[in-house]
Amino acid sequence: MKSRFLRGMSHGIPIALGYLSVSFGFGIAAARCGLSVFTASVISASNLTSAGQAAGIDIIAAGGALIEMILVQLTINIRYSLMAISLSQKLDSSFTTPHRLAASYGITDEIFAVCSAQKEPLTPAYMYGMILVAFMGWVSGTAMGVSAGQLLPPSISSAMGIVLYGMFLAIIIPPSKRQKNVLFAVLLAAGVSVLMRYVFTMVSGGFAVIISAVAASALAAVIFPVKDDGEAAEE
Amino acid sequence: MSVAVYIMVMAGVTYLIRMIPFTFFRKKIKSGFFRSFLYYIPYAVLSAMTIPAILYSTGNIVTAVAGTIAAVVLAYFDLPLIVVALAASGTAFVTGLFL
Repeated sequence: MKSRFLRGMSHGIPIALGYLSVSFGFGIAAARCGLSVFTASVISASNLTSAGQAAGIDIIAAGGALIEMILVQLTINIRYSLMAISLSQKLDSSFTTPHRLAASYGITDEIFAVCSAQKEPLTPAYMYGMILVAFMGWVSGTAMGVSAGQLLPPSISSAMGIVLYGMFLAIIIPPSKRQKNVLFAVLLAAGVSVLMRYVFTMVSGGFAVIISAVAASALAAVIFPVKDDGEAAEE
Repeated sequence: MSVAVYIMVMAGVTYLIRMIPFTFFRKKIKSGFFRSFLYYIPYAVLSAMTIPAILYSTGNIVTAVAGTIAAVVLAYFDLPLIVVALAASGTAFVTGLFL
């Protein structure tokens, strides 16, 4: 039990290091939205996700509708449902319902990736260890980012505003380079998003993301259906 | 509206998205279209969130374009997420020094 927890913690260290700087960027963005260290830290502690939080604070800053918040979080974070389904297939028998209720909180892209790569069935202790370390990196980075956003000169804090977007590009570009179906979805989503921004300006930012992503994914799913391994079926 | 309400809604939705399938799902999705759709969603979401918003992320379009170019090039060569993210920011900062 204890060794599994420690093993999870050690596997969580690289995740936490990555989270530190990304959540630092989120903290800076939160400071620009006028949020306090406490508020931003509560958001990070209760959500534990990058893209959803980044979109969420924009909605808070803009005073958007709650339905917009719900739909934006659904659209941006729906990928976690897929990851949760995938992980649910390889859980150890010690993973009872209360453990599932608790550990599901910590399903992020990176934790999913590391857990999926494990050969043996996943135990609650292992996931808790990893989630704890990742959580500490995510929340402490957020707190430092907000403080820095309030203290650092504008030349530095404004340059940090691009950190999260840089990470998003690093997630979408490598698979786009290798798979034309992913490239199609990425370019189409970007194209629709640009149209929303400059032509259909009555659509708010959150809904623009939803419309762009749903339209691009649906069309990509029709033109390039995927097999289980993610490659387009025609290829 | 209170910020606390936004945060509760945001956290609640995000938790349910993870919790419901993790706790209750025992079968595989059969619909090929739905599986494909869910496969493309993360890429499409991140792309739509990034473009064109990245151009306004630093408050100056010139530094943002420089940072974006750095990120695209480094990501194309498969550098780690953190390297790409920090290099984008570093490039935007250095570019700002010359303006």
